[in-house]
Amino acid sequence: MADAIETHLLRKVFGDYAAVKGLTLQVQQGEVFGFLGPNGAGKTTSMKMLLGLIAPTSGEASLLGKPIGDREAMRRVGFLPEHFRFQEWLTADEFLLLHGQLLGMKKDDLQQRRDELLERVGLTPFRNKQLRTFSKGMLQRVGLAQALLNRPALVFLDEPTSGLDPVGRRLVRDVIREVSAQGTSVFLNSHLLSEIEVTCDRVAFIQHGEVVRVLDLASLSSDQTSVTIRVSNLAAESLNGLSQWGREIQMDGEFVHMIIASETVLPEVTRYLVAQNAEVYSITPNRMSLEDIFIETVGKDGGL
Amino acid sequence: MSAISIIARLTFREAIRRRIMLAGLVLGIAFVLIYSVGTHFIFGQIAADTAANMPSQMTANILQAESTNAFMMMGLYAATFLSIAMAALLGADTLAGEINSGTIQTIATKPIQRADIVLGKWLGFTGLLGLYVLLLCGGIVLSTFIQSGYSPQNLLLGLGLIYSESVLIMTITLMLSSAFPALATGGIVFGLYGFAFIGGWVEQFGALLQNDTAIKVGIITSLLIPSESLWRRAAFEMQTPITGSFGSPFTTTSVPSPLMIGYAFLYMIVVLFIAVRIFQKRDL
Repeated sequence: MADAIETHLLRKVFGDYAAVKGLTLQVQQGEVFGFLGPNGAGKTTSMKMLLGLIAPTSGEASLLGKPIGDREAMRRVGFLPEHFRFQEWLTADEFLLLHGQLLGMKKDDLQQRRDELLERVGLTPFRNKQLRTFSKGMLQRVGLAQALLNRPALVFLDEPTSGLDPVGRRLVRDVIREVSAQGTSVFLNSHLLSEIEVTCDRVAFIQHGEVVRVLDLASLSSDQTSVTIRVSNLAAESLNGLSQWGREIQMDGEFVHMIIASETVLPEVTRYLVAQNAEVYSITPNRMSLEDIFIETVGKDGGL
Repeated sequence: MSAISIIARLTFREAIRRRIMLAGLVLGIAFVLIYSVGTHFIFGQIAADTAANMPSQMTANILQAESTNAFMMMGLYAATFLSIAMAALLGADTLAGEINSGTIQTIATKPIQRADIVLGKWLGFTGLLGLYVLLLCGGIVLSTFIQSGYSPQNLLLGLGLIYSESVLIMTITLMLSSAFPALATGGIVFGLYGFAFIGGWVEQFGALLQNDTAIKVGIITSLLIPSESLWRRAAFEMQTPITGSFGSPFTTTSVPSPLMIGYAFLYMIVVLFIAVRIFQKRDL
């Protein structure tokens, strides 16, 4: 089966400014793929090129095995734009019908799908209200419903949780999991790292319009755990002895920091410290977060 | 249902929901009412004066018909101007506004062609302008007929030409709106309209004074923006010969040829084609 998205050296130049320098990536079918980068890294421009809204200056890309802009492919694609604005004089019902019609959906299927999605995003009581009366969160929800009308094989979500309260964010996260379980590939553009961390299978870090790193998030939890031990009365040779379980050992007052391969060694470490007559107050494992990796990858200045 | 008809219906519904239709209706009725009240007194005065002062009933009748026609042409001229303003207002914000707000993004990423979006909007506006021109011009003609029993010659052809002028202006606006922001589009359209208007005047005075150079300037202007020539052909079709012999913006002395009218329609098709091309090429 063809990849959901495949790009090769996709490039966009505005005047003499290269917004996207050379984007090369693959997103597999059924994968939730996070697209991460500092502001102005070219995330939205990249997404718009994939969707055919912006013509690339050079390079190649395909969606669902078809060249970008192909209408047959777009029939199976969904899109929720960032800060989106809709025909605010339509009701939620009419808005979804309009987009379903533009997708070429059959009337019965469209009505059923519309009802289903309004219910899923919690807007059934507001279906006959004009969108102008909707809050930002409600607009985001109806936009999400719009993106899923055609049961897309691939859905693009550009900052889907921006402006949402925690309940709305949870909803988006759950919906992403549901559609992903049904085999939909999700291309998620976000700068909310915690969101990405809990929803995505893989992430690409983009900086200055280039992919600088692709990371499998499944591997993130097991390797590279750092641990902080609060301990007193620890002799210097006892500290050195910790090196059999970890590396980069640092002592900072009564705090010891080290990086261990896995949390499974912690009981052994504890027994060792007690045997060395050290007073142990706490042992706190800190999983290396996506944020740490993000900063490590793009730098503290965010790549400015 | 084709994408063009979905977009056309959406355009209609937008005009209704955003109360553009209502505003047009209310102002249109007010316009026809003011015309009716004004001409009611004027026609009455003219009838009394001509009956008292003219040597024969025949000359009185001729004079009444002439003056009724002149007032009707004045009313139609004002209606034409209002239709053009409506055409520019409808077209100016549509593509530019939706590109600017991002509304267009969820539409343009559907499995439809970009040309469908432009053509659908064009079709929707063409329908809306038809209703507006019918209300305004139909109201003027009907009011005149009810009051005086006068109806102009070549009525349908004349109204059709007036309608075509508003559609032409709307098409030019749509093209500009696919390339420029709304405010710039509106400014350019009214500038172009003013340009065509002055060109038309120069040509008319040239014709009155039989100055060939002035006539040529007018023709060149009409080739650049043929909108005003549609009005002048409409006026020529509907006015009486005597009214037509006076130079005024409401009437015509130098008549655009059928060739020029054909050119105006060709011009409109080309402009619509360019609008589609610009919209297809641009980044959204």
